Amino acid sequence: MTYDAIIIGAGMSGLAAGIRLAHFERKVCILERHSVIGGLNSFYRRGGRNLDVGLHALTNYAPTGAKNRPLSRIMRQLRLAWEEFSLAPQVGSAIRFPGAELNFTNDYKLFESEVHRRFPREKDNFARLVGELCDYDHIDQPSVRHSAKEHVAERVKDPLLREMLFCPLMFYGSAHEHDMDFGQFSILFRSIFLEGLARPFAGVRLILKRLVDKFKNLGGELRLRAGVSRIAVKDGAATKVVLDDGVELEAKNVLSSAGWPETLRMCAEPSSERAADPGRLTFVESIAILDSPPEKLGHDKTIVFFNDSEKFHYAAPEEAADVRSGVICSPNNFDYDEPMPENVLRISTLANYARWAELDEVEYRLAKLRWFDRAAAAAARFMPEFRHAVIDTDMFTPLTIHRYTGHEGGAVYGSTQKRYDGTTHLKNLFICGNDQGLVGIVGAILSGIGIVNKYLLKE
Amino acid sequence: MTAAEIKEAVLEILSDIAPDEDLSNLKEDVSFREQLEMDSMDFLDIVMELRKRYRIQIPEEEYPALASMKSTVEYLEPRMTEVAKKQ
Ligand SMILES: Cc1cc2nc3c(=O)[nH]c(=O)nc-3n(C[C@H](O)[C@H](O)[C@H](O)COP(=O)(O)OP(=O)(O)OC[C@H]3O[C@@H](n4cnc5c(N)ncnc54)[C@H](O)[C@@H]3O)c2cc1C
Repeated sequence: MTYDAIIIGAGMSGLAAGIRLAHFERKVCILERHSVIGGLNSFYRRGGRNLDVGLHALTNYAPTGAKNRPLSRIMRQLRLAWEEFSLAPQVGSAIRFPGAELNFTNDYKLFESEVHRRFPREKDNFARLVGELCDYDHIDQPSVRHSAKEHVAERVKDPLLREMLFCPLMFYGSAHEHDMDFGQFSILFRSIFLEGLARPFAGVRLILKRLVDKFKNLGGELRLRAGVSRIAVKDGAATKVVLDDGVELEAKNVLSSAGWPETLRMCAEPSSERAADPGRLTFVESIAILDSPPEKLGHDKTIVFFNDSEKFHYAAPEEAADVRSGVICSPNNFDYDEPMPENVLRISTLANYARWAELDEVEYRLAKLRWFDRAAAAAARFMPEFRHAVIDTDMFTPLTIHRYTGHEGGAVYGSTQKRYDGTTHLKNLFICGNDQGLVGIVGAILSGIGIVNKYLLKE
Repeated sequence: MTAAEIKEAVLEILSDIAPDEDLSNLKEDVSFREQLEMDSMDFLDIVMELRKRYRIQIPEEEYPALASMKSTVEYLEPRMTEVAKKQ
């Protein structure tokens, strides 16, 4: 039997792609190396608690029924009803630097007034920048790539405001160190500040369940513990995939969410000109379970992006982690109908994969404890003291991210070289997900949909 | 299928693609684009759904025929005479 399409990876992008193909009656199979779906945005149970691996918040929030938004596009294209994601909007978030704070909610007006209040002289400059990035569509203009740092510096004069804008946007989606593409900057600015943040009460498992149920009900086939080790190539086309256990499956098309360099390697593509950089940006995520809701401790923010000096450094650190800056997320602080059963704080900080990979078992466990304490201490400078309320902890390192996503070096946002048009050197092999250039949950889902529409539903 | 049945079929497709649009006041001779908030992805889905449900193949250069309800029904009628109505 030959599949119309084989999809590598059951993360957000692979599942979305699978739904589109199955809906239009293509014979489609999703192959996932892991024993669970979701990729980075998976979930697990620990000590009787339900915890998410990746999720802080869904970006691109839009209220039920809103039109012409990325989120409404997803709902329509996947034939899902808004209620199925049951999204609760954020309560309110902040960017905190020494002596400077910018608050934002899902009402952009607040953020704008915060910028005006703190940086009155930048009022017009900022408005101009935002006007510009509103209509910026970099997926359709693949030839114009340019430095967001330079572009923004030409418009916004105050370096502190620039750093405060780059901090959240880089943390939530830059595969590059130090800088990002202006198109990426625009997409992220819109998805976080102009649209906003939300979370399903039940966490990411709800979204995944909706996606996988839909896929299976449409007759799609999902195989877990089915890693692809090789893509067989003949005459410039992929002919079949070979699984880790040697099983071979034939397909007319292959769509990979495993990452661009990772996929090239599956094709046994040795030529160095094609070797893409897998990306170095990775995180450690420190999770604190609290004995009471964060709000009771005086912390009512959904997300706090912090940085402890005027300059924000977004790069893989020399040490195992860099706690000068980070992201503090409280899944409790969304506008739910009822309180969450767990009280949780999550702190993401930049990390270095190699520093974690070189440790032996005992050192690794010790390093987790040490860096948890450092991350918690770093966060406590930017929010009310919470450490006395911690009753349990957990931590993800770059090794965990690698395990869940297969991305080399635990690269959170994948390779620095994106395949914006989704094509590869093989005529029937396509790339979706992070390495197509759309990051985050909503980005990944849109990527899966977009690539399928563009290349796999036409014939 | 009769013209009336085809119209019904198209309405059903529209309501599946864009369940949040109000189709009750849809004007037949005004383009969908002017009355409904639909993007190019949604329009592609009309073509795709017609193919899936009624096995009608519409070549890309003929997509403009699907601009409004009136033009869509006119375009589809001769092509769907043999097609049975969906239960
Ligand atoms: C700590 C952290 C927090 C995050 N928080 C958020 C957030 O709050 N909001 C948000 O929007 N985004 C967040 N992200 C980003 C988001 O997780 C990703 O952008 C998105 O999930 C990417 O989806 P994907 O489908 O492209 O790839 P992935 O999720 O990486 O999925 C790829 C899948 O392919 C599988 N795979 C890989 N190789 C093979 C192979 N050879 N054979 C078979 N299967 C294979 C993997 O196991 C995996 O399941 C976060 C990321 C991190 C690290």
